Amino acid sequence: MEKELRLMKGNEAVAEAAIRAGVDGYFGYPITPQTEIIEYLMEANPSQTTGMIVLQAESEIAAINMVYGGAACGKKVMTSSSSPGISLKQEGITYIAGAELPCLIVNVVRGGPGLGTIQPAQSDYFQATKGGGHGDYHLIVLAPASVQEMADFVDLSFELAFKYRNPVMMLSDGAIGQMMEKVYLSPQKERSKTAPDWATTGKPATRERNIITSLDLDPNRQEVFNQKLVAKYNEIREKEVRFEEFQCSDAEYLLVAYGTSARVCQKAVQIARGQGIKVGLLRPITLFPFPTKRINELADKVKGMLSVEMSAGQMVEDVLLAVNGKVPVYHFGRMGGIVTTPEEVVDIIKSKFIGG
Amino acid sequence: MTENTLSYCPGCGHGTAHRIIAEIISEEGLQSEAIGVSPVGCSVFMYNYLDIDWQEAAHGRAPAVATAIKRLLPEKFVFTYQGDGDLAAIGTAETIHACNRGENILIIFINNGIYGMTGGQMAPTTLPGMKSSTSPYGRDVKTMGFPLKITDIVATLPGSYYVTRQSVHTAANVKKTKKAIRKAVQYQKLNKGTCLVEIVSNCPSGWKMTPVQSNKWMEENMFPYYPLGDLKTPEELPTK
Repeated sequence: MEKELRLMKGNEAVAEAAIRAGVDGYFGYPITPQTEIIEYLMEANPSQTTGMIVLQAESEIAAINMVYGGAACGKKVMTSSSSPGISLKQEGITYIAGAELPCLIVNVVRGGPGLGTIQPAQSDYFQATKGGGHGDYHLIVLAPASVQEMADFVDLSFELAFKYRNPVMMLSDGAIGQMMEKVYLSPQKERSKTAPDWATTGKPATRERNIITSLDLDPNRQEVFNQKLVAKYNEIREKEVRFEEFQCSDAEYLLVAYGTSARVCQKAVQIARGQGIKVGLLRPITLFPFPTKRINELADKVKGMLSVEMSAGQMVEDVLLAVNGKVPVYHFGRMGGIVTTPEEVVDIIKSKFIGG
Repeated sequence: MTENTLSYCPGCGHGTAHRIIAEIISEEGLQSEAIGVSPVGCSVFMYNYLDIDWQEAAHGRAPAVATAIKRLLPEKFVFTYQGDGDLAAIGTAETIHACNRGENILIIFINNGIYGMTGGQMAPTTLPGMKSSTSPYGRDVKTMGFPLKITDIVATLPGSYYVTRQSVHTAANVKKTKKAIRKAVQYQKLNKGTCLVEIVSNCPSGWKMTPVQSNKWMEENMFPYYPLGDLKTPEELPTK
C-alpha cells in the first residue's frame, strides 16, 4: 500500500503513527509541549477502529506504571511526556528496564531544571542516555530530527523494544514536537493477536506460571542478572548504532549534533563552506548506543570537533570519550528554551578553530 | 498454592489470606484467567506462593498496573494484593483513581496498622497512641495525623461496586472472608466497577506480641476503629 502524505505537527505524527503501527495502549498525562499527542489520540478514538486503548491517567507515575502492566502482558504500549513529567516516570522506567519489558516512552524535551520553561531544549540527554532512574540500566534512545522521523521512529522503537526486551525512548524536543512538516504515513498495521511466551496472559495448564519482577534478594543471582543486562547493552552497542553524515568526506572540522540542533548545524555547514571553511556534520540518530566508533575514526581525519546541543554541554562528554584526546573538542549551545542559530555556530567554529 | 515455603512470621494473617485466594481461584476455575499484582511490603514475594501469572508492581502502583492489564485483557480476572503502607500511603492516588474510574479489578487490602517488612514503622493506619519504631512514644495525632480509613473513602466513590472489611483471625471470620472474596470475584465478572476487600490483620512481630496476644489486641483495638462488615453492597447477584 502507498504511504499517505499529510501536513502535521511532530506530536500529531507520533500519535497517528502509533495508531497505524498497531499499538495496543497509550497511557499519558497532559504536559506542554506534547499534549497534542493525547489530544490527537482521544479525538481519533482508535478503540473504535484498531481497538487501541487510550487512557488519561491521574499522574505521570500512574501512566508509566500502566505501561509496565500492559508491557508485562506482551502488548505494544507507550506513554509520552515532557521533561518534568519524564522525571516523575523515572521510577517506573527503571522497573521496566529491570523487568526487561518492551515499551516506547516519548520525551518532547523542554528547558529545565525544575518547572523550567515550555520552550524546546536538549537538556535531558544525560537522563535519557545514562539511565535516569536508579540502578545500572540503559534505554535505547532514538533522536528524531524531523516530523517524518517522529512518525517513523514509532515502528522502529517497537521493533527494537521487542527484539531486545528493553524500553526505548524517543528523545524529541519542543521544536520538532510543535512544528508542522509534511510526513508520509505508513499504512495501517493490524494489532498483534499473539503474545510473547514470557507475557502474563493467564497461566494455561500447558506452561509454568510467568512472573514479571525486578526483585532478587540473592546478590549472586542479582549479579548474574546485571551481567546479562550488560551483555544485552553491549550487543545493542554492536548492532544498533545509527547516524547520518553530512559533508564529512573532506571535512576539516566536525560538528556533532542531534535533533533540532542537527538541523541548525546542517545550515551552519552550508554557510561555513560558503566562506571556504570545510565543515562536516555527524548526526547521531541513536544516542544510546552512541556512534562512538565512527566519531573516533573521524577524529583521525579532522582538526577539531564541536558538539552543538541546546544544553550546558551533555553529549559533549560522549564525544570527548569517543575522541579520546585525539583532537580538541568543544561544546556550544543555547539554553533555557532558546534555539541556537546557524550564524552563532559558524562564529563559534571561527573563534575556536580558525582563530577569528 | 505452590510448594514454596511462606516467608511470613508465625501467626501472621498473610498466609491465611493467601490460602483463601488460592482456594477461590481453584474452586472458581480461574487459574488460567487470573493475573495477580503483588505490592512492595511483606507480600512482595506472593508470586512465589500462588501458581498463577503474576506481576510485581512498584511500591503503591499496583492499581495502575492492574488498570492496564484489565483494559488490555478485559476477559481476565485481575486482582491486586496490597498492604496498608502500599495502598493507603504511597499508593493513595493510584488507589483512589483506579476505584474512581471504576476499573474492573479486585483489590485485596491487608491492614495491620504497621509497616511489617521494614521492621514495624508507623503506617497511615496505625492507631492513635499505638507504638511503632517511628512513633516510639505512640502515634500523636497532633503531629502525626490520624489513621486513614481509606476503605471508607473508596466506598463513597461512584466507581466502586462492592466494598467490605473482614478479618482472618478465627475460623468463623475465615469463612466470612472467603464468602466475601468469592462474592467479589463473581461481581468482577459483571464489569460494574472496582471491588475492594479489606482484611484487618495482625502483625505479631511488628506489634511485639505473641500471635494469640496480637489477635486479642486486634479485636480490642483495631476492630473498634476499623469495624468489620460490608461498607458498600450492590444489588444481589443475578441468579444462575
